Amino acid sequence: MITETGKKKPQTDIAQVEINKYDFRTEERYVYKARKGLDEQIVNQISDLKGEPDWMRQFRLRALKIFQSKPIPRWGGKLDELDFQDIYYYIKPADRQGRTWEEVPEEIKRTFDRLGIPEAERKYLAGVKAQYESEVVYGSLREELAKQGVIFLDTDTAVKEHPDLVRQYFGTIVPPTDNKFAALNSAVWSGGSFIYVPPGVKVEYPLQAYFRINAESMGQFERTLIIVDEGAYVHYVEGCTAPMYSSESLHSAVVEIIVKRGARCRYTTIQNWANNIYNLVTKRAVAYQDATMEWIDGNLGSRLTMKYPAVYMLEPGARGEILSIAFASRGQHQDAGAKVVHCAPYTSSRIVSKSISKNGGRSSYRGLVRIQRGAHHSKSNVVCDALILDPQSRSDTYPYIEVEEDDVLIGHEASVSRIGEEQLFYLMSRGLTEAEASAMIVNGFIEPLVRELPMEYAVEMNRLIQLQMEGSVG
Amino acid sequence: MTDVLKVENLHVSVDGKPILRGVELVIRRGEVHALMGPNGSGKSTLGFAIMGHPGYEVTEGAIWLNEVNLLELEPHERARLGLFMAFQRPVAIPGVRMADFLRLAASNMRNPDRQEGEELIPMRQFRKELLEKMQQLRMDPEFARRYVNDGFSGGEMKRAEILQMAILRPKFAILDETDSGLDVDAVRLASQSIAEIGRKEMGLLIITHHDKLLEHNPPDQVHVMLGGRIVETGGPELARELHQKGYDRIRAQHPEAAEAERAMRAQTAQAS
Repeated sequence: MITETGKKKPQTDIAQVEINKYDFRTEERYVYKARKGLDEQIVNQISDLKGEPDWMRQFRLRALKIFQSKPIPRWGGKLDELDFQDIYYYIKPADRQGRTWEEVPEEIKRTFDRLGIPEAERKYLAGVKAQYESEVVYGSLREELAKQGVIFLDTDTAVKEHPDLVRQYFGTIVPPTDNKFAALNSAVWSGGSFIYVPPGVKVEYPLQAYFRINAESMGQFERTLIIVDEGAYVHYVEGCTAPMYSSESLHSAVVEIIVKRGARCRYTTIQNWANNIYNLVTKRAVAYQDATMEWIDGNLGSRLTMKYPAVYMLEPGARGEILSIAFASRGQHQDAGAKVVHCAPYTSSRIVSKSISKNGGRSSYRGLVRIQRGAHHSKSNVVCDALILDPQSRSDTYPYIEVEEDDVLIGHEASVSRIGEEQLFYLMSRGLTEAEASAMIVNGFIEPLVRELPMEYAVEMNRLIQLQMEGSVG
Repeated sequence: MTDVLKVENLHVSVDGKPILRGVELVIRRGEVHALMGPNGSGKSTLGFAIMGHPGYEVTEGAIWLNEVNLLELEPHERARLGLFMAFQRPVAIPGVRMADFLRLAASNMRNPDRQEGEELIPMRQFRKELLEKMQQLRMDPEFARRYVNDGFSGGEMKRAEILQMAILRPKFAILDETDSGLDVDAVRLASQSIAEIGRKEMGLLIITHHDKLLEHNPPDQVHVMLGGRIVETGGPELARELHQKGYDRIRAQHPEAAEAERAMRAQTAQAS
């Protein structure tokens, strides 16, 4: 027994472990693959292939011009090595409807096993859309949704089936002129979710992307549009803790959300990107009178993530909440944060940001609280806590506060901590290894946010943190 | 064969300052030992050194559990061999529920060869056991859902430590002033609890200023520590004497240790 307990586990390179644990590749099977690079011809091709209405083609072409005219942002993370001409902008996946679970490579099944991904989700992730156990569940859910008038489609389909509704809101919250990557997405977008919830309808279950059966899979340039009409409620959940492998290094999504009077929307994302990915996302919501918008955002992996979910509170009583977790390990930079803009009086917001840096990873909190003239009696509270696991890692905080009114209440707390020797010793004295002890402390650190997640995601999140910590201490 | 914890000529320094200067101690499983002594005499240091706190540097001597040299082991490896310490001031681990922490700890203790990520004790089974133990210790079931030591009162902390001991079932336990900060009733409860959770299964080293904790756990041996050494060992009557009359006689009889105590105090005063 002594030799067993006394034995030291071999040191493993964590970067390698992370690749092995979370990444998988499938053989390429594309129906159509555009050439590399980006120009008008490519954008036209994308539009042709999708058979889109002309207004969307014109929208794309206009966005392309804006993209080409905008310089690369010089703030946030380093984007110098990003070569826009060395990227495929459109790949139409093989017809996934036909793929069966039996055809899914063993290796991928094993990866799911190791991550403990639920059965239904595995099949979605593996591109099996046609038949699985939750089909029945989804079928009844879909019926129920339809009865209530809820629309839940992939955005491509929505453009065709609900052109008026889409056109009314598409690009109004995040216009192509907003930033270079929003322009890029507008030019080449594909996939993403479209949700419309009619007035007064409260959707009981979280809507998850993997329930979309006729969907085009998650893409590099997803475009999501959610409209929650007056007094309605919806919780949308996107992503999961499984790795998202892509041969392409650039992912740039746009999410637009409209929360109308008295409505509430919660948007939960957990993303775990492979280490080569630039993940540059624009997420923005507008909240009208007495409406509430909540972003819950978990970011793991990627080479660089720049993501600052935003809420614009346009009318009195609107509320915005942004809770985010970032985990940066070797070679990773998480530049994440939040943006709340108070445009009307009696509006309130809360930002809670937790970041963890390890193995030389870097995480930054970048946040803006803006209170515009006239937005008196507004309240905003910001808490950002950083946990740094070793001396090589780094954490920065860039809080921006712009206030144009006197009668407002703004709180800002920030803390940076390291895992204490006393905490480690305490847990180890109860038989936990150093890695287990660290993982437990980290899980405790993010617990206030994890408990906001749907149960299965919370479990996965904890497991993921545990895997990230394993064999990493020495 | 009875398990034996043996401390031999133990010298320990903290931040380069010598605290223990040659401690000798032998505890057999099933025995109760009381360790008494004035503040700063090195009682807690002995506990931390046995558990393997990295801040306590052993400069000379050895600690054995049967044939195993504990000094070569990490704290978690010592714990898995059956060592436990109830801390005087346990640290808080915010966000970590008692139940989750204890389940992982218990899984490791009961399967010392368990590797990271391997199966835990089934949730249902563990929850049942935890609730039973908590009931036995007269603790609110809600306690299991609270964060480890986070916002606990002094009494709650001590009870949480005893609960951990009850769940982890060590071979040897060091109780570091488990009675401090508790009122009389709470000390009696703690004392009873320790007896109830199977004192006879353990070797106990009870560090205390008072004799109350010993009420239900009559010591086989009482040790007096002064100036970093155990200077006297006796029976329960020694604990009563010290409790009633203090340490003047001890100091007078052991001038060398008393001198060391003065030197250590002067050093501490200078440092602060």
